[in-house]
Amino acid sequence: MSDVNTNTMATLSPDSFKPIPAADKSAEFMARPKITYWSDAWRRFKQNKVALVAGVMLLLLILMVIFGPMLSPYAYDAINRDLRHAPPSTEHWFGTDELGRDIFTRICVGGRVSIAIGICGALISAIVGTLYGAISAFAGGAVDNIMMRIVEILNSVPYLLVIILLQLYLRERNLGTMLIALTITGWLGSARMVRGQLLALKNQDFVLAARTLGVSPMRIILSHLIPNTMNIIIIAITFDIPGYIFAEAFLSFIGIGIESPMTSWGAMTSIAQQSFLFYPTEMLFPSLMIAITMLSFVLLGDGLRDALDPRLRD
Amino acid sequence: MIRYTVKRILMMFLTLFIVTTITFFLMHSVPGDPLASMAKKLPDYAVQNFYAKYGLDKPVTEQYFIFLKNLVTEGDLGESITKPGRSVSQTIAETAPISAQWGFIAMFIGIAIGTFLGIIAAYNRGKWPDYVVTFIAMLGVCIPSFVFASLLQYLLAGKWRLVPTAGWGKPIHFILPVTAAIFGPIATYARYTRSSVLEVLNQDYILTAEAKGVSRSGILFKHVLRNAMLPLITMIGPQVAGVFTGSFVLERMFSIPGLGRYFVESINARDYTMIIGTTVFYAALFIFSVLIVDLVYGLVDPRIRLSGRKA
Repeated sequence: MSDVNTNTMATLSPDSFKPIPAADKSAEFMARPKITYWSDAWRRFKQNKVALVAGVMLLLLILMVIFGPMLSPYAYDAINRDLRHAPPSTEHWFGTDELGRDIFTRICVGGRVSIAIGICGALISAIVGTLYGAISAFAGGAVDNIMMRIVEILNSVPYLLVIILLQLYLRERNLGTMLIALTITGWLGSARMVRGQLLALKNQDFVLAARTLGVSPMRIILSHLIPNTMNIIIIAITFDIPGYIFAEAFLSFIGIGIESPMTSWGAMTSIAQQSFLFYPTEMLFPSLMIAITMLSFVLLGDGLRDALDPRLRD
Repeated sequence: MIRYTVKRILMMFLTLFIVTTITFFLMHSVPGDPLASMAKKLPDYAVQNFYAKYGLDKPVTEQYFIFLKNLVTEGDLGESITKPGRSVSQTIAETAPISAQWGFIAMFIGIAIGTFLGIIAAYNRGKWPDYVVTFIAMLGVCIPSFVFASLLQYLLAGKWRLVPTAGWGKPIHFILPVTAAIFGPIATYARYTRSSVLEVLNQDYILTAEAKGVSRSGILFKHVLRNAMLPLITMIGPQVAGVFTGSFVLERMFSIPGLGRYFVESINARDYTMIIGTTVFYAALFIFSVLIVDLVYGLVDPRIRLSGRKA
């Protein structure tokens, strides 16, 4: 053995130190396109026919509330005293309400309010809650303790009461104030959820690596921790949207929602409920819209959950 | 355990204090005052008397301390503004039990049916009972309670005349509001129970129990239910508080003289003392029931070491 060594040692030259090309790189060749987490999730989502149908339903609904009023020759607040409580007909597809206003047009206009509140409310509370929960979890210690105490105290105030108090305080009742009122305590749930997720994540090695490299805490939160909880946040948003639509409908129903002549599905249901025994279709359409929207969002949420977080699938 | 309990109770009082304070100042910072409309019609000296009666002539901070003193020493929440002569505490004492009466019945029936359906669905996963339960749960999640209530009113009371449309005082009056109110809990509890039971069924100890030869009902009651029900306990706390204030919507629709209806009425009438009083009452109940449920949870679940648990 040593004999061989001395022999080769003698003949060493810089030329011997060349990288040897891999004889055959084809073993490493990836025949299939790379699959990222998101394309994988999309692939799983596509297989879920129910969720796909729900998504298409939602798209149709959104298109309807945007373009519906253009199809209709009536303005949503145009009163027609000669045609009150008209049943559905070719002129008024869904009939007219107690002031002779076209219900189809009002459903579209009211749907804009309901869906806008749902989507904006869920987005706002997700963003605020995520940042709050992330900061709380990442800071840890006393800061975390105080921040969570604040959440706990705010959580003890029944949300309906906060909304009512705020509405008394803000006086006006339009889309903006409704959103403020609904989101002011709405973010608490997502803050708790994100904090719980991040507590588990923050001790993992990739965070330690980022810290060692001197990445600032805010950057760790924004570019490492939050993307890793994105799936859960997206799922929470889809389930929050129907919650907000429901809450708005509920507030409008007890008479502290959107003010007339502006309307929403909840407000329409509320008005129609008073004459429900005589004109059931007036209540049928708005409540049907609420039900379809809720159903679509819940089914879409179920599909997204299965696609984004396969472990959660039951 | 004792230390944890004491800490939680102290925390409860602190929270209640903060909630009371926020509510009080929020209400008092609302532009305009509750007597403004009355003040226009009355001579000056009468107006001054009214303001003095409700303590509204004093600065807000002083009003706050008077309110706190009355609340702590006598449990007095003040006098209703729109219904002179009625104290807020008295109104709550009269109306909350009515809400509790029908609310608890609805809550228990709802939880019982919901849990039962959830177990059935989980045990028959992927077969028709599962789909039926999922469908019912979906309906409950998607349709607002007031729509259900209207439908019930239309069919049972309007068309078939089986029960009175609305009212209070006889057992028959319970039927409509209770039926309308149980759909929500049925849906929620069925969904949660189903996924909770499914999770437990996948555990190794169930396999062990089956291998040992424990009977089916033994597994169900001693292993599955015990473990699957625990997370559900935490959901009950906030619900108990909600029961006392009643469902605002349903009490209005069925003209039940419960606290929920009075609360909505006082909001619409801008009855400030009544709103503050009800809020404080509700918050106290809410915090208290969450505390009780947390403590019970600690007792029931041996895995939780309360003293070492971080909040």
